[in-house]
Amino acid sequence: MKPLDWKHGHVEMNHGAGGRAMAQLVEAFVEAFDNPLLAAQEDCATFAAPQGRMALSTDAFVVSPLFFPGGDIGKLAVCGTVNDIAMGGARPLYLSASFILEEGFALSALRKIVDSMAHTAKEAGVRIVAGDTKVVERHKADGMFVVSTGIGEVVTPLVLGASQVKPGDAVVLSGSIGEHGIALLSARELLGFEAQVHSDCACLHGLVAAMLDSGAQLRFMRDATRGGVAAVLNELAKAAGLGMVIEASAIAVSKPVAAACALLGMEPLEVANEGKLVAICAPEDAPRLLKAMRSHPLGEKAALIGRVEEGPKGQVAMQLALGSYRVVPWPLGEQLPRIC
Amino acid sequence: MTQGKGEALGIAEGAKRAEGEAGNSPSLSYMEAFANPTLGRRLLSAIAREAATQRDYYLMEFCGGHTHALCKHGLLPLLPPNLHMVHGPGCPVCVLPAGRIQQALALLEAREVVLCSFGDMLRVPGSRGHSLLSARAQGADVRMVLGPTQALKLAQALPQREVVFFAVGFETTTPPTALALRQAKHMGLKNFSVLCNHVLTPPAMRGIWEAFRGAEGARLDAMVAPGHVTTVIGYKAFEEIAEAFGVPTCVAGFEPLDLLNAIYALVCQLNRGQARLENGFARAATREGNLHAQQLMREVFEVCAGFEWRGLGHLPHSALRIAPPYAAWDAQAKWQLPCPPIADHPACCCAKVLLGQKTPPQCPLFAKACTPASPLGACMVSPEGACSAYYGYAQGLPLAAPGEAATAATFSSLKGERGEVE
Repeated sequence: MKPLDWKHGHVEMNHGAGGRAMAQLVEAFVEAFDNPLLAAQEDCATFAAPQGRMALSTDAFVVSPLFFPGGDIGKLAVCGTVNDIAMGGARPLYLSASFILEEGFALSALRKIVDSMAHTAKEAGVRIVAGDTKVVERHKADGMFVVSTGIGEVVTPLVLGASQVKPGDAVVLSGSIGEHGIALLSARELLGFEAQVHSDCACLHGLVAAMLDSGAQLRFMRDATRGGVAAVLNELAKAAGLGMVIEASAIAVSKPVAAACALLGMEPLEVANEGKLVAICAPEDAPRLLKAMRSHPLGEKAALIGRVEEGPKGQVAMQLALGSYRVVPWPLGEQLPRIC
Repeated sequence: MTQGKGEALGIAEGAKRAEGEAGNSPSLSYMEAFANPTLGRRLLSAIAREAATQRDYYLMEFCGGHTHALCKHGLLPLLPPNLHMVHGPGCPVCVLPAGRIQQALALLEAREVVLCSFGDMLRVPGSRGHSLLSARAQGADVRMVLGPTQALKLAQALPQREVVFFAVGFETTTPPTALALRQAKHMGLKNFSVLCNHVLTPPAMRGIWEAFRGAEGARLDAMVAPGHVTTVIGYKAFEEIAEAFGVPTCVAGFEPLDLLNAIYALVCQLNRGQARLENGFARAATREGNLHAQQLMREVFEVCAGFEWRGLGHLPHSALRIAPPYAAWDAQAKWQLPCPPIADHPACCCAKVLLGQKTPPQCPLFAKACTPASPLGACMVSPEGACSAYYGYAQGLPLAAPGEAATAATFSSLKGERGEVE
């Protein structure tokens, strides 16, 4: 059998048929992800379980386009899964990755994406230990989709979640917002101008580890992906049955993101991020939490943006530049399909 | 050129100065300069001083973009209680009669066309709650585009398909449609057409003044004219209206200072018994407007005898249709589409809201049966619609009393905490 032509070749139906062609493709994945658990090529990876609680999360990635300023679907899949695990106060250990490939998809693009995944996982210190490949006919998928599951070890005795949040708690945001969404829009050539915006796509478990080490009484963490910070705050206000007030001037928005949003009539608070988190902590611990965050490269612009209130229940309000308040609405969310 | 009152107050210079001061911090933009809170507070006190009289002031912001900005920037609660903003009909999605949506739905049912339109257009309910979005869910090929050029590109990419651009909007979105039509003709692109629903601002503004003149109990004193439309058509047209109806009118941009400046200028005019046009958007709008865009519109479109506006009813010479040389790209002419009259939901107050006779919360459907996620009336659909703006930004917040708002919690303590860490 001819070796795969990674330069000019394309995905064919038989690459997903379980035969020798598929074995060639799988071999390349095993080589890239480079770890003994995957290299064993059993039906499942087995490993010793750590003591205590574990975290598990799964995510599907259908982003369009597959490559965008600041990342690609492979990097996004690793970061997205790692971040969901990290938000539970866990140290991510292992990932799985399932690939749904469209017949005709360029092998060179696949190679780039797989290498990017391998690189991101290595940097993050997580191993991709299980995988699957399926090929569907042309036009039945858009290039490729990735489904990833992650498992991690909970490393904090804190119980995190909406139920832990109390009135008076501090609301903290890890950095400037809206970069992923605007980077994707510019990559889709919808903007009509070249935005100098790169996706903030990044693994946040290092930042989370620093936050946990600070000793602050954390109550809740969530990465602000689809629907942006507005969605996270509204979800939390609803789940906790509490209100929330944030301050507009405390929220960092870069100039290109602000300009693109103004042009397109979008609200930065509703635009997606892939490397930003919202944390809630006890009010007295906000200073040390912020100090810890700001000493980490992914939390340099961390800021206290507001506080939790008793009510109105489920409502997020924002104090504006001139002192008045408005509601931060729950994003309707169909303006930007397939951003992750 | 007539100077806006704000310029007399030094707003423009102040904004420029703020921009200059930002020399050290490259993050401040022109946009931010017109949102400067210090100047905003100065304007608010100027408005409060000027409006401290025994009378009430009823000002309409014609444009939905202004309504959105007033709500988004939280300006309404900061105005004096005797100053009322009446939210006008300048939202193209809101004023489009349901029959026009039905026309597009009928086209999708009869032919296998690809129908393209702006995002908020897709959610507008036609008859029995059907929308372009629900048609898409049932298999119709409906696509969201950011403009007609994208639809044109789609037609080039899909030569086997008929691509129809569902065009809506005032004079701001008309030149791009005209350009797409001219390009289609130039390229001889036969599978592209436009379902034209472009409407005109000045006839609608005249319609408003006539309606208020005739309506018992309704009151309107002055008009904030739309800045973006003015950049295209020039403020000459609004000058004529200000003169014909004897009403103070001020063109405004869309940043907080633009709006406060216009409000201040109009209150000053009313107090002095003046009724003239002021240009408060001098950084972008001129008396003549964009002559190139006007020429393009004249070439591709002609003025219709009349158009049925949701809320305003039939207004003569208030819309555009595609001119005969471009008939081959006119979806209406191509398929002879009927436009059935469709009544709004019986309890829906959109018509009254569009005329400023009711505020959104006064509608019995508001925030109950009618929400942005499942709108019954058009004003709830577009973010520029008054109902949607109130729902999104002001739901549950007492609009009139910001100081006592339930959410006006102790931010000072929070700031203290921030002070410690910075």
